[in-house]
Amino acid sequence: MADWEPISVIADKVQKGELKAVDLVKRSFDMIGRTKDFDAIISVPEARAIERAKEIDAQIAKGQKVDRLAGVPFVAKDNFLTFSGKTTAASHMLENFEAPYQATAINRLEVEGAICVAKSNLDAWAHGSSTENSDFFVTKNPFDKTRVPGGSSGGSAAAVALKIAPFALGTDTGGSIRLPAAFCGIVGYKPTYGLVSRSGVVAMASSTDVIGPLAASVAEASIILDVMAGRDELDSTTIERDTEGYDVQTSKFKLQNAKIGVIDEYLTEDLEPGVEKQVDAVIQKLKQAGTKIEPISLPSLPLALAVYYIICPAEVSSNLARYDGQRYGLFAKDAKNLEESYMLSRELGFGAEAKRRIMIGSHVLSSGYFEAYYQKAQTVRTKIINEFTSAFKKFDFLIGPTSPTTAFKIGAKTKDPLKMYLSDIMTVAANISGNPAINLPAGFSNNLPVGLQIIAPMHADRQLLAFAKSVEELLA
Amino acid sequence: MSKLTRDQVLKLAHLSRLKLSEEEIERFREELAEILDYVKQLENADTKGLEPTYQVTGLKNVTRADKPLDYQAKPDDLLKRAPDTLDKQFKVKRVIT
Repeated sequence: MADWEPISVIADKVQKGELKAVDLVKRSFDMIGRTKDFDAIISVPEARAIERAKEIDAQIAKGQKVDRLAGVPFVAKDNFLTFSGKTTAASHMLENFEAPYQATAINRLEVEGAICVAKSNLDAWAHGSSTENSDFFVTKNPFDKTRVPGGSSGGSAAAVALKIAPFALGTDTGGSIRLPAAFCGIVGYKPTYGLVSRSGVVAMASSTDVIGPLAASVAEASIILDVMAGRDELDSTTIERDTEGYDVQTSKFKLQNAKIGVIDEYLTEDLEPGVEKQVDAVIQKLKQAGTKIEPISLPSLPLALAVYYIICPAEVSSNLARYDGQRYGLFAKDAKNLEESYMLSRELGFGAEAKRRIMIGSHVLSSGYFEAYYQKAQTVRTKIINEFTSAFKKFDFLIGPTSPTTAFKIGAKTKDPLKMYLSDIMTVAANISGNPAINLPAGFSNNLPVGLQIIAPMHADRQLLAFAKSVEELLA
Repeated sequence: MSKLTRDQVLKLAHLSRLKLSEEEIERFREELAEILDYVKQLENADTKGLEPTYQVTGLKNVTRADKPLDYQAKPDDLLKRAPDTLDKQFKVKRVIT
């Protein structure tokens, strides 16, 4: 199947009447059917998508202007609340849940004319790095069906790589956009913490959860971020937009002006040789393009994963406390009393990974352990932030691999939770610190995509996207 | 690394209002111990003079006017998703049996 045209071209053609929104939506449905073997998609809100497409086509036929995503289909990770059909978070707990309202991010995309055509698979509650923790089924990597697509936004990344839609939405709490983007060979963007409203997205670890786009190119990801970014009355942690916005389609970042630090701690001996080779190749090309590029050590970065596996389960245990079966979600009706009703509903509704994280969270927050675990982790967090801040006094951007390996085999890490956690070793630091970061495709190793990660100072999302677009052009 | 005791796992499960199967109890004794052992490496990190960071936005006391919003979901939309309701309230099983 052919590639989608760039998002801006699609919207322009729809506006001119050269393409019909209805045909675009049908093309997505057709692709969902053809790629069924990969199990990227949980559900398809078909009726509403067709209805919205018809409305858009009718508006345009009447000569009205539809905004810059006119008729553009997209896939939302199934932890975004959407109208029509179910929002499951890939969990038994929410298997039959129909959202009473939509996520702000979805509403903002719809206002511009985008159409949600599918809800994608994820690790249940976004807990995982491979999409194998989905309570329903395992998504397969588009490049090799015996391998994982990465996670937790694995269905969204696979959907873009399989050309189901021109873009998809994901959430990134410890690397859940960047890792699957790396494994599936696409662009995945994690904004500065707070830039996109989390209202209407199933909460995981609230102090590191962010929302971002997955797309075929940096320019397209930048348009989607531009549409979603900014303050929202429904999420009090949202921050102000950059006055110049985030759309970098026409920007021309001069690579010779950039000062780049290569993170020492991410070039370890555990790096797969093929990944190291591709990252080295990028460094050489950047040097040839005239960037100033030097190694930099951030000695506390290797602690970021341990910090994360205290903060994340702590916040997970709190966020998942609301799922007790009494107001919505799975309800165990045979319980004799209220407490048993909680226990049974949660036993049936949560898979092994959710239970694991809830119990670790209960442990690190329990009295007598709070200082030793949670407070200590939040203090090491300060140390990591300070190291980033001082690195960014010297450098405009930091680079390294997104993952030490390419996509691993299905089943390779499922028996060892800690080994699975270590998949995020190079992505979590940016979540702990809040910094924006992007995965950029950087060639292949043994026919599997390799990902390059670029991290920028807080709030430098526009600059990061402009720089990444120039790097993308350099690597093309 | 030593496994958690059965009682430790059961206590955490109860604090978390989770019922566990025998197989899960055994599995978690080992897995939770392994994860807690891994995060223990933070003990050795020098954090002298540093304060904890609980959030990274720098925002403080974000408020809005104390008025109801014209929101997408109405109370009835929320109530109808519950297993049981009575007079616009969620109805639950007996608390004391």
